[in-house]
Amino acid sequence: MVDIKNENQKIEEKMRNVARDLLKEKKVDLIIGYSEGTLPLASAPVFIRDEQEVDKLVWNNSCYVNLAKYLIPNIRENINGELVDLKVGIISKGCVARSIIHLLVEHQINKENIIIIGINCNGILNRRRIEKEIGAHEITETELSGDHLIVKGNKFEKKFKFNDYMNELCKHCEIRAPPISDSLKDNIVGECQEVDSLEDPFEDIVDFEKKSADEKWAFMNEVLKDCTRCYACREACPLCYCNLCFVDQNLPTWFGKTSEISDILIFHMVRGLHLAGRCVECGACSSVCPMGIDLSLINRKINKVVKDRFDFVSGLSLEKLSPMMTYKMNDKQEFMLEEN
Amino acid sequence: MNEVITEKAQKEDWEPKIIAFLCNWCSYAGADLAGVSRIQYPSNIRIVRVPCSGRLNPFFIIRSLVDGWDGVLVSGCHPGDCHYISGNLVARRRFAILNDLLEFFGIEPGRVNFMWASAAEGERFAVLVRKTTEIVKKLGPNEKFKKQW
Repeated sequence: MVDIKNENQKIEEKMRNVARDLLKEKKVDLIIGYSEGTLPLASAPVFIRDEQEVDKLVWNNSCYVNLAKYLIPNIRENINGELVDLKVGIISKGCVARSIIHLLVEHQINKENIIIIGINCNGILNRRRIEKEIGAHEITETELSGDHLIVKGNKFEKKFKFNDYMNELCKHCEIRAPPISDSLKDNIVGECQEVDSLEDPFEDIVDFEKKSADEKWAFMNEVLKDCTRCYACREACPLCYCNLCFVDQNLPTWFGKTSEISDILIFHMVRGLHLAGRCVECGACSSVCPMGIDLSLINRKINKVVKDRFDFVSGLSLEKLSPMMTYKMNDKQEFMLEEN
Repeated sequence: MNEVITEKAQKEDWEPKIIAFLCNWCSYAGADLAGVSRIQYPSNIRIVRVPCSGRLNPFFIIRSLVDGWDGVLVSGCHPGDCHYISGNLVARRRFAILNDLLEFFGIEPGRVNFMWASAAEGERFAVLVRKTTEIVKKLGPNEKFKKQW
């Protein structure tokens, strides 16, 4: 039986030691990590400059925030009237490291200023699903025992099997520690793993694709109809860094502000398109959704298309351009109309 | 509302309205050639001339469906013939992903069509427009994605 509490403690200890060393040796000016959240099943980002404060860093299974979001715009400090880029150490599970690698591919951050502190992630809990099961009660305490999560509150106690209540994406995840490559050797400390490609067969997506057009449409409507378009998914995504997002543009206004389903779907479609060949499946968007919508279906579909068509997996290497940044003369075009 | 539309679809004289985005250098000239050669093609398409198929934001296509067009046709130069060297190659990748995504969301395949036609291919242009019109006619009016209010 897996003891998750024990695993977490080990990860935490390693992570703190690495962070402490980095600060002591002045290799970094700042460490971005997770700290205890103000609510159960939540965590908060923390920014640490002093080695005394390293114990604030925690690792639990609610660290769903993708910390790469905080790297843009570049973290600078005013030193004697001059803006200087800070050297940042960033606590990275596999997906955070992958988004950092993709941001490097897109030239959004400087490689010299980043140190990836790798940890071997053991899965993130799906907070919304647990809250849904509990209903209207307030959760006051959570506890891990063995491979179960015990949720306590006023006059109730419920047991959840950890593996069943993990994020959908974490169940499929193969890259739990930062993927390392030659060009990134100097930037990674702590845990890391070598990855060439993903084996993911996308079974859930293949199943979904077998449905008829009407069934798909009905399903999508059902899933997305609750969306209030608060754009929390966009805010949480490290790759949504445009200065002016298409949803905020009003010349032209790309789509209406109503709660009608076509307005909702148009947002999710275009969000998906903009993440084509970029999404690293960190699940931050689904985790922050206040309505508990699972966006992983759309993201995984996009990743499947990109993998099938262009044989590309985002965030693995610095050398490979993402498919939407380039083209090939002999790309597949079986979807185009032909005369016969 | 839906009843009215279905009734309308059952009427035999229902004709789809198709918006066609043609690139200035090849397809638009191809459509022009079809015209001056007096090749007949259905009058269901309404042409929007764009500088290049690479100019097309996928939003144009999705938005056309939301605005109630029954079909969308996108046409550009053959790969390698682009006036801007690589515009259509970049666009092709975009279209491939858009096409798959639309299908995934449950838009019927055939609602949005992509094709290549050069300036010398008036005949091909007419044939493909006929084909598109047929496909969209079979699918019926665009009820799903159209904005109702």
